[in-house]
Amino acid sequence: MEELLDAIRALGRFPLLVLRLLGDFGIFFGKAVFWTFTPPLKFERLLKQINFIGTKSLSIIALTGGFTGMVLALETFYAMQKFGAEALLGPTVALSMIRELGPVISALMITARAGSALTAEIGIMRITEQIDALEVMALNPFRYLIVPNLLAGLITFPLLTSVFDVVGIYGGYLVGVKLLGVSAGTYFGEMKNYIDMAEVVHGLYKSLSFGVVVTWICCYCGFTTGYGAEGVSKATTRAVVASSVMVLVCDYILTSLLF
Amino acid sequence: MIEAKNLHKTLGGHKVLDGVSFKVEKGEMLALIGKSGVGKSVTLKHIVGLMKPDAGRVFVDGKDILEAKGRSLEQLRSKFGYLFQGGALFDSMTVFDNVAFPLKEKKKLNHQEIRERVLFELEQVGLAGMEKKFPAELSGGMRKRASLARCLVSDPEIMLFDEPTTGLDPLTANTINELILKTYERVRFTGIVVSHEIPGIFSLVHKVAMLYEGKIVAYGTPEEIMEVDNPIVRRFIEAGIEQGRRKRGVREL
Ligand SMILES: Nc1ncnc2c1ncn2[C@@H]1O[C@H](COP(=O)(O)OP(=O)(O)OP(=O)(O)O)[C@@H](O)[C@H]1O
Ligand SMILES: [Mg+2]
Repeated sequence: MEELLDAIRALGRFPLLVLRLLGDFGIFFGKAVFWTFTPPLKFERLLKQINFIGTKSLSIIALTGGFTGMVLALETFYAMQKFGAEALLGPTVALSMIRELGPVISALMITARAGSALTAEIGIMRITEQIDALEVMALNPFRYLIVPNLLAGLITFPLLTSVFDVVGIYGGYLVGVKLLGVSAGTYFGEMKNYIDMAEVVHGLYKSLSFGVVVTWICCYCGFTTGYGAEGVSKATTRAVVASSVMVLVCDYILTSLLF
Repeated sequence: MIEAKNLHKTLGGHKVLDGVSFKVEKGEMLALIGKSGVGKSVTLKHIVGLMKPDAGRVFVDGKDILEAKGRSLEQLRSKFGYLFQGGALFDSMTVFDNVAFPLKEKKKLNHQEIRERVLFELEQVGLAGMEKKFPAELSGGMRKRASLARCLVSDPEIMLFDEPTTGLDPLTANTINELILKTYERVRFTGIVVSHEIPGIFSLVHKVAMLYEGKIVAYGTPEEIMEVDNPIVRRFIEAGIEQGRRKRGVREL
């Protein structure tokens, strides 16, 4: 009888754990939003985080954007050639970049470069009692640590995504026009016919959401890290994995909502 | 005034605090002593409300800090200076910015006043000329002193020192104790010092409390503590005294 009860208890424990975690995660976001709208804003910290998440990710975003555009043009060209639709290379590359690849791949790259560092930094601040020190000084850790990161994510993700898109489209231009011989007029001209503001807004919504999701998850994991170096390393791994998965999940949800 | 009432706390399945009660009157300094791992740091964290007890209450100037929220918690917290055992300096900031931080955030001082205040405090702890360094570039003892400067700079009404002199050479340790005394003379703060300097710390404080197996087993003035019969307390204090004049060493072996 006892064993049976134990088994049932164990069964119940897991969903409870998950619920608790989700609740915690939600409350964390609620607090972050509350403190975002409670002045004063720590402007200096915000600038610092924009520099850290944004400016310092520029080169990696440009690099991956360029290669993504290039390979996209290459693959699309061969597919299009089969139906004799090479003229539509430009719009196809631009559409995929702006609607899909730009927001998603930039979010993944920023997660890898800045998100992990964010978790590690906040995690180390937690285990070395720096967050406690803030609290004892009656300074709210959300205001100093979390809000600047969330806002920086909200600002930098769309900007980095646009850089990614532009470099990618030029990468596609290099391959399509210079290498495969599509005329430059066709590449860009057709693009104008097919892409309108709606597509850009679609991509913008996505990158804004990813900016929030990634910084939220990374800050949360750092803030709630376990003890010691091991705790921080686990938190960092968890942050990167969870952010990447959530970016893809949100991407699907947003695409189906925004269609 | 600080009052801890019947604090209970279990951490990691281990009962760390098992009914801790004590009182520190306004302007009084209490030394909290006890074996390593007995829960001294945990007790301090309960007093500022960084940790919540499973049962029990903490009153700061008559107000329950565990019930306090928002503004009133902020007000209570503003009275505190807390020297963390590990220093807890912000490692993204220089020593200067660390010490200036509470002033910049809390007090309405201009740039020049802050600068003077910070440099003065750094000089007091013997860190003049180190203000441009980052915490990672300092030695353990220097970090502790920088952290002390950060606590003292805002003249708190209540000071909690978690082992202010552990890990320092005797000379620096003396300077730190002097500094605490000098600040006390000026501010008359209410204070708790966690210390392993026995009996050295006794001359610095009004009262001593000893923590053992989750309870306060001895409490009184330093003179009273020296006279206590309880064998646990006796052994602890005698060990401290003996350490000061160790008789045997490896040289004799
Ligand atoms: N966050 C925590 N989670 C689990 N256990 C903890 C935590 N913090 C402290 N403990 C445990 O509580 C006990 C008391 O720890 P505490 O840090 O208060 O000791 P201490 O008296 O300050 O010792 P020391 O003189 O070495 O600093 C220890 O057994 C420690 O393992
Ligand atoms: Mg301790």
